[in-house]
Amino acid sequence: MDGVALIVSQVLNGLQLGSIYALVALGYTMVYGIILLLNFAHGDIIMAGAYILWIILAQLGLNPVIAMLLAVLGCTLLGVLIDKVAYAPLRNAPRLSVLITAIGVSYFLENGAQLVFGADAKVVPSFAPVSSIQVGGLSLSFVALVTVLVTAASTIVLTFLVQKTKLGKAMRAVSEDMGAARLMGVNVNNTITFTFAVGSALAGIGAVLYVMAYPQATPTMGMMLGTKAFVAAVLGGIGSIPGAVVGAMLVGFAEVFVSAIGLSVWRDAVVFLLLIVVLIVRPTGIFGRTMSEKV
Amino acid sequence: MEEELMAKKRPIISTGGRGGAADGKRRSLPMPARYVINALLVFVVLAVGELMVDGGAITRYQTSVLQQVGVYIIMAVSLNIATGYLGQLPLGHAGFMSVGAYGCAIFIMRLSEALGIGARDIVAGGPMVALLVFAGVVFGGICAAVAGVIIGIPALRLKGDYLAIITLAFAEIIRVVMLNIDDVLGFELTRGAAGLTGIPSYSNFLNVFLAVAIVCFLVHTMMKSRHGRSILAIRDNEIAAEATGVNTTYYKTLAFVVSAFFAGVAGGLYAGCVGVLQPANFGFMQSIEILVMVVLGGMGSMLGSVLSATVLTILPEALRAFSDYRMIAYAVVLILVMIFRPQGLLGSYDFSLSRVIERVMNRDFPWKKDKGADSGASVEEVSADGR
Repeated sequence: MDGVALIVSQVLNGLQLGSIYALVALGYTMVYGIILLLNFAHGDIIMAGAYILWIILAQLGLNPVIAMLLAVLGCTLLGVLIDKVAYAPLRNAPRLSVLITAIGVSYFLENGAQLVFGADAKVVPSFAPVSSIQVGGLSLSFVALVTVLVTAASTIVLTFLVQKTKLGKAMRAVSEDMGAARLMGVNVNNTITFTFAVGSALAGIGAVLYVMAYPQATPTMGMMLGTKAFVAAVLGGIGSIPGAVVGAMLVGFAEVFVSAIGLSVWRDAVVFLLLIVVLIVRPTGIFGRTMSEKV
Repeated sequence: MEEELMAKKRPIISTGGRGGAADGKRRSLPMPARYVINALLVFVVLAVGELMVDGGAITRYQTSVLQQVGVYIIMAVSLNIATGYLGQLPLGHAGFMSVGAYGCAIFIMRLSEALGIGARDIVAGGPMVALLVFAGVVFGGICAAVAGVIIGIPALRLKGDYLAIITLAFAEIIRVVMLNIDDVLGFELTRGAAGLTGIPSYSNFLNVFLAVAIVCFLVHTMMKSRHGRSILAIRDNEIAAEATGVNTTYYKTLAFVVSAFFAGVAGGLYAGCVGVLQPANFGFMQSIEILVMVVLGGMGSMLGSVLSATVLTILPEALRAFSDYRMIAYAVVLILVMIFRPQGLLGSYDFSLSRVIERVMNRDFPWKKDKGADSGASVEEVSADGR
């Protein structure tokens, strides 16, 4: 029984970690899919979400539900704001410039947070109603279950949004061919902003779930989380929604497995090694479309 | 896709002033004279700097900042090979720096122990020490170059963003390996997170800036040779370059490995400056800072790399009092430059002393160009005024 319990809890850990990565990776993949930009500031949006939670829960002491809603809303607005201020002026600029701008935005958010909140970790009070639930003699972590379910629901909603709605159609059109989409009457700028909003909202949900599991906020927390999620997105094939989820689960399980066998110091190296191996075997990731080059 | 990465495709290395007097009578400097002039200039700068350091006109603290400036100049110039000249976007340059730093520091520490040279002797200098430091720095460079080959061959199969990501991944792996290698090998090599301490301070003003001059010279001559032209051709259009007979795999790897080698050299000197090495110092942010130097200065401009590395290294030291706002200002400047001047502050402009001298010899001054270039009479008139 002990062995089974251990395996179940480790699998759940892997699913939980993978789910958080998946929510962040979806944001990366959507933004990359539409404007071919590696949005380095995406991880820092999670950091912003964590601080919003901290302000509302620890400083103002409001209801956790309000806190969660405001965190997601705040992240969404921040994402739109970043797009409008930093990326929109560069719509026609070379891609490297936009990439450097994204790095600049990431720097700005991290150092801004450090200036406002200080470099030390802020402890967010726990807001999960129960810590674990018993299922047939097994004790399962409540937070992990919620994380997995919320991620599954978010992915389904997102897939529906992209595949079935008019806005989703516009998003797919813009990512296929921006010029042609504009000629067909798609408002390209608004579509891109909407993509940022959706990606940032997912990051906001990710922030809530992440803080539930690891209840603190630090200025640089977004960096490693963002990098790993980004690795997950690339692993699955950047630009592909199922790819992001599969890549994230791979990364999550790899990390949990390496930690479980007692090599936790090599965790990051294993994740990056996994990425390198996948990229060498399949240069555009697991679900990536291979693009042939036109002369 | 990749072509879009670089905005401007102007030639990076100017073919010399093509200003006013283009009528065959134009006098130019012979190549040996150019070398002599530049060598003299480097010598004078080094001698003056060394005298100021020795005489105490530059304080110890300022000297250490200057050494860091030198190290970052080499880092920026070396990254510029891969970014500005080859047109790729490696995000793991700090990884090569750390390989070079550890390689050089361990080499010098072990060998000085074996040869019986103490830390004081190293600071005092002498031919034996100079040879040891030279060997150590080159060893560091070679270690980094080997890492560059290992990373470059798989990485350069990928393009654009994927190359950026895979180099990032490799640099992170290097960092984790540096952190944990001792536990695996069972003896002390990098000493993990505690850091490699007690590195003799073998870097000084003279050898750092001598290295800067040599690196700039080597990079400059390489880029002016046929190898350099092949690298530029790959940047401008890889398919066209391949069609005209450039071995693209070879030259991409070459540029990448040369870039890694010089980063290793810089790392070796860095180890001698700071005296303590910790894997955490060579993380992703370090790579980004070096990239920012290259991009701000203007990709493909060596002068741009040198200037922005100098400014961005001195500025944080000068602004210690405002250290809280420093990084924010840094980020804002970065975003503003990208929005208003995406090609970097200097674009692809490069300074050439010989060109200036030639202009003076031909009395072809920029302020004369608009008036004098088209009509001979006005040229005579102005130059008569000049006398």
